[in-house]
Amino acid sequence: MPKSLFVIEDLHVSVEGKEILKGVNLTVERGQVHALMGPNGSGKSTLAHTLLGHPRFQVTQGRVLMKGKDVLPLPPDERARRGMFLAFQYPVEIPGVKVRHFLRMALKASKGEEPSVTEFRKQLFEKMALLEMNRAFSERYVNEGFSGGEKKRNEILQLAMLEPEMAVLDEPDSGLDIDALRAVANGINKLAGPQMGMLLITHYQRILNYVDPHFVHVLFDGRIVRSGGMELAQELEAKGYEWIAGETVA
Amino acid sequence: MAKKAVETPQSDYAQKYGFRDAEKPLFQAQPGLSPKVVEEISGMKEEPAWMRDLRLRALEVFQKKPMPTWGGDLSGINFDDVYYYVKPTDRQARDWDNVPQYIKRTFDKLGIPQAEREFLAGVGAQYDSEVVYHNLREELAKQGVLFLDTDTALREHPELFQEYFGTVVPLADNKFSALNSAVWSGGSFIYVPEGVRVDVPLQAYFRINAEKLGQFERTLIIAEPGSYLHYVEGCTAPIYSADSLHAAVVEVIIKPGARVRYTTIQNWSTNVYNLVTKRAVAYQDSIMEWVDGNLGSKVNMKYPAVFLMEPGAHGEMLSLAFAGKGQHQDAGAKMVHVAPHTSSVVVSKSISKDGGRSSYRGLVKAYPGSVGAKASVRCDALVLDDDSRSDTYPYMEIEEEQVSISHEATVSKIAAEQLFYLMSRGISETEAATLIVSGFIEPVVKELPMEYAVELNRLIQLQMEGAVG
Repeated sequence: MPKSLFVIEDLHVSVEGKEILKGVNLTVERGQVHALMGPNGSGKSTLAHTLLGHPRFQVTQGRVLMKGKDVLPLPPDERARRGMFLAFQYPVEIPGVKVRHFLRMALKASKGEEPSVTEFRKQLFEKMALLEMNRAFSERYVNEGFSGGEKKRNEILQLAMLEPEMAVLDEPDSGLDIDALRAVANGINKLAGPQMGMLLITHYQRILNYVDPHFVHVLFDGRIVRSGGMELAQELEAKGYEWIAGETVA
Repeated sequence: MAKKAVETPQSDYAQKYGFRDAEKPLFQAQPGLSPKVVEEISGMKEEPAWMRDLRLRALEVFQKKPMPTWGGDLSGINFDDVYYYVKPTDRQARDWDNVPQYIKRTFDKLGIPQAEREFLAGVGAQYDSEVVYHNLREELAKQGVLFLDTDTALREHPELFQEYFGTVVPLADNKFSALNSAVWSGGSFIYVPEGVRVDVPLQAYFRINAEKLGQFERTLIIAEPGSYLHYVEGCTAPIYSADSLHAAVVEVIIKPGARVRYTTIQNWSTNVYNLVTKRAVAYQDSIMEWVDGNLGSKVNMKYPAVFLMEPGAHGEMLSLAFAGKGQHQDAGAKMVHVAPHTSSVVVSKSISKDGGRSSYRGLVKAYPGSVGAKASVRCDALVLDDDSRSDTYPYMEIEEEQVSISHEATVSKIAAEQLFYLMSRGISETEAATLIVSGFIEPVVKELPMEYAVELNRLIQLQMEGAVG
């Protein structure tokens, strides 16, 4: 049997001694889009950060397999070089570093070779056109003075440039007005494809009006308590997370 | 991510700049300082009596003035051990082929002749106490621009020289300006006639080769009304176990409507005491810009000043300091508002790493009557580990009420969130830290000519290597 692209196995994670994730299991194959929904405090962001290796989150049990290899012992940069990507819920400002320069370095680091200047420019402008972004954007300093929508689109631009095999998108829809949401969702749709696995983490169902996931999971109190298709998201939208809370307690 | 390990970047310096020539100089004065040594220097240079007398007066002042007790720790300097004058060759060349082979090799390794061919309008190269090479593009010479070493200027343009020499930095200004006035040798003399624009930079390169050498170049720049000049200087030295001393004096006169930009990339080895007095006087509607990058030296004390003498004069300082292991960068700026409606901007960026210490020390002074003067000072410090240190000493002497003065200071560390963000894109921890540092200094670097910006970024990269994750 061929190896799965990405497998989370019985993942337990603590922050400062408090257990947040209590045994998460999930498998994502190439070409699949999985939506992970959950209320505040369910452990969504902990999961996203842990998958890329943020040092604040301690894994106490479990494995995360990327193309068959456990990445938990690896630092974040090596996980990225293995094909993983995280679109941040709160992208970080890097003052004085231009988007263009940052992307070029990231591309060089993750692919192992530096693209030529002309090739890089061509690629960058193509992707920016695809995402309907103004070229001048690449001359700005990374996330400095960006609006909420610009920050999220910059994450999607990085996704487009780096072409990872496994993309984790941590609430790419949070804080966006309807136009920005549509732009980000369009970007995600254009980039999702047969070579990529995607884990789309969200609090609200509304981004799923634009992005069609193959699977929907509900994270609650550190565990995936429900899995299904789009109908699950619709049910959640209709009944709210209290519905899950009630069922879980019962 | 592991805690940053501390390693020295000096091995890289040794490879690129730390080499030395073993050749014997043509003449070397005895170590130590005395009227005899001063007279000997003046005599070798066949100077007029007024300069010899000025040197002797300056020596007296130097010997009387106490060592400064503020700023960096200067207790390691033993003035009796220093060689005050080392003459490498008996002639100055205008063609690199006429420079003694071993000296030419040095400057070849440092890339100076190549830089001259590619992007400079003129070059001066000083090796120990004397300028060994000097050249200026012909079209500039035809327009009346003078770009000479300071000794030649004294011989060939005595009236111009005497009119301005020592008028901006009097010999008794401070202990080290007195020392420089007593034993000065070499440096650049630049005269830009009215309305002439020198659009391509002129560069001087200062190289200390001899051990325990004191280098005391003297630079004098006169920009006539409406002229423009960009002058760039760089400096390096071999690494010796004994310390060297560099005490320069720089005087800049900017006449009405003129603009001068003075860029320094100071990259002495970390056994050099760098104690430099730099000052400009700016007249009506003129602009003086200091761009000052301090990467090298053991103790650096340097506070370039602009005296804003007439309405509309503008002074600017972009300062960058990197203090690594065993280094203390005590750098800053002085903006002195003498006239009304003058303005000044100071931007200082400092980085401390591996136990290094960087201090911003600056003065904004507004004299009574400097109505409408505007001054802003911004100091940002980046401290890369817990062993390193950053201080800010912003002095304000405001004697006029109708002025607008602002001061902002920040101290930051590289945030774990920034490192994680960059690393999640495949960038290694060292590269991520370097990228954050280069972004931090970007406001200064972007003001440099491209070639220097590239060089500066490369130097910062060298400094950052060894910050192993």
